[in-house]
Amino acid sequence: MALVAFKTKEKKINEQAPVERQTVYSTKKCNLWYGNHHALKNINLDMKEREVTAIIGPSGCGKSTYIKTLNRMVDLVPNVKTSGAIEYRGRNIFSKDFHVEELRTRVGMVFQKPNPFPKSIFENIAFGLRIHGIKNKKLIHETVEKSLRQAAIWDEVKDRLHDSAYGLSGGQQQRLCIARSLALEPDVLLMDEPTSALDPVSTLKVEELIQDLKEKYSIIIVTHNMQQASRISDKTAFFLNGEVVEYDDTYTIFNNPRDHRTEDYITGRFG
Amino acid sequence: MKTNDGQNQVQSLLEKKYQNGFLSRGEKVIPVLLFLMAAVSVVTTIGIVLTLIVETFTFFKQISIAEFLTKKDWYPFSKTDASYGVLPLLVGTLKITLIASITAVPIGLAVAIYLSEYASERVRKLMKPILEVLAGVPTIVYGFFALTFVTPLLRAIFPSLEMFNAVSPGIVVGMMIIPMIVSLSEDALSSVPDSVRQGALALGATKWEMTWRVAFPAALSGIMASIVLAISRAIGETMIVSIAGGSTPTASLDLTTSLQTMTSYIVQVSTGDAGFGTTIYYSIYAVGFTLFLFTLAMNMLAQRISRRFREEY
Ligand SMILES: Nc1ncnc2c1ncn2[C@@H]1O[C@H](COP(=O)(O)OP(=O)(O)OP(=O)(O)O)[C@@H](O)[C@H]1O
Ligand SMILES: [Mg+2]
Repeated sequence: MALVAFKTKEKKINEQAPVERQTVYSTKKCNLWYGNHHALKNINLDMKEREVTAIIGPSGCGKSTYIKTLNRMVDLVPNVKTSGAIEYRGRNIFSKDFHVEELRTRVGMVFQKPNPFPKSIFENIAFGLRIHGIKNKKLIHETVEKSLRQAAIWDEVKDRLHDSAYGLSGGQQQRLCIARSLALEPDVLLMDEPTSALDPVSTLKVEELIQDLKEKYSIIIVTHNMQQASRISDKTAFFLNGEVVEYDDTYTIFNNPRDHRTEDYITGRFG
Repeated sequence: MKTNDGQNQVQSLLEKKYQNGFLSRGEKVIPVLLFLMAAVSVVTTIGIVLTLIVETFTFFKQISIAEFLTKKDWYPFSKTDASYGVLPLLVGTLKITLIASITAVPIGLAVAIYLSEYASERVRKLMKPILEVLAGVPTIVYGFFALTFVTPLLRAIFPSLEMFNAVSPGIVVGMMIIPMIVSLSEDALSSVPDSVRQGALALGATKWEMTWRVAFPAALSGIMASIVLAISRAIGETMIVSIAGGSTPTASLDLTTSLQTMTSYIVQVSTGDAGFGTTIYYSIYAVGFTLFLFTLAMNMLAQRISRRFREEY
């Protein structure tokens, strides 16, 4: 098979001592319509904590739609309808008594294009804490520093914390946005093509960062970059036309896929 | 071949153009014409300001600047002891401006935030033209609205209010500038990119937290500029105050009594029979010049603010 190029990542999970990983997200028979357009079709996926799950698939197959459904950002689109259930740690995210604000506080999101606030670097990170009622100045300062360190950008910004975030480069802005999410110590981090607007060096930094973060967080990442998916993820889901074609260990998806459409896609034979 | 002919034709036509110096004469005339038009408006403005200054000087030859600035009474019509202290007119203008701002700023901002962040597309499409109509109503109509509707209404609630007072025209001037605040502030809010809003919502912010702590500060420069411009419009407003505010220049801060503003004094003299060349005649230039300095300062402030707070997205 011509899949050798992706053999970079070994089956890490099996090598480690078996750990009991709980399910963070359990998607059950989930459908989504934009008006009449059926964008997600009967999705069934279980995602475990402290794993990196990559979502791959051709343009328009519903990757962003799915990841935006996980924190209900998709609610912002008018005329969206959903059916089925998505359970976050056992609670249905569509149920009335699960407020989106709580869900989005527990589940962070990093967007494709960096979107810092037009505020200082410090205030960008402190924002999440402030809106959730944290006033303790010392705690805020410590958390800002910790988050920036975690996002591997502290050294670059520590002398200019009170300058505008818009003075940062694109790659720095993206790591700032990651730090902004980390400040709330989320359980899950959703990332929609977080490196597609970045140069190779910044991309590498973000990838290393993801490797570090998975010690603590569950990460779900959409990517068009096959190498990236194979390098950084434990599980990979292949989406096509709003359906999940295959979902398995990343090693299996890239070396021994069951579905020929998966193979066609990752080898680039797909349209 | 036919196609070849066609090509040769294009070529020969272009050849003619090359030989004629390529550019038509019009291309050179247009910038000159446009410059002349611009020059006319600049010259007009300079002319107006010069007239204002020259006539103001004539006034100050008859009445000292010190008297104008420090005396506390404005009795230009008194035959025996006329007094030209501008303070009462300033106080009148400030009272109206203050009441108008208190009315217009909160309402204007609330409507702008509602339209840009909360209203559905349908409501927005309905509200915007209504606001534009409101902005197009002649001020004399607002003036009669103040005198015949707002004043009686207020007097029914507060019987101590006089027929001519500061509150009624102040509120109505406020109503007049609301559309301006709404329209400019709404533009400023709409220009904040949605990606920034989404960033806040994705951190678990409620809609109001997002609006108040992200969208509003991001649009602050435009919002402040809209407020300052609207206030400078209120300072210059004439008809509403002339009709509903009375014509009693007073330095008293009482809001329930008749007053006179700088602009309504100018109207009073212009429509009365003060002869050309009298001190009264020149006094309207001095008052007009004071007013001009006021609005100029406000406009400069607006520009300063929008430059100072400007956020690039
Ligand atoms: N706001 C929307 N309104 C209507 N249809 C939409 C909307 N957003 C996405 N769609 C449609 O839903 C489908 C899935 O879109 P989605 O953005 O999830 O694709 P994607 O897999 O993320 O693609 P890409 O790789 O290009 O980002 C597409 O057919 C798209 O046209
Ligand atoms: Mg996408």
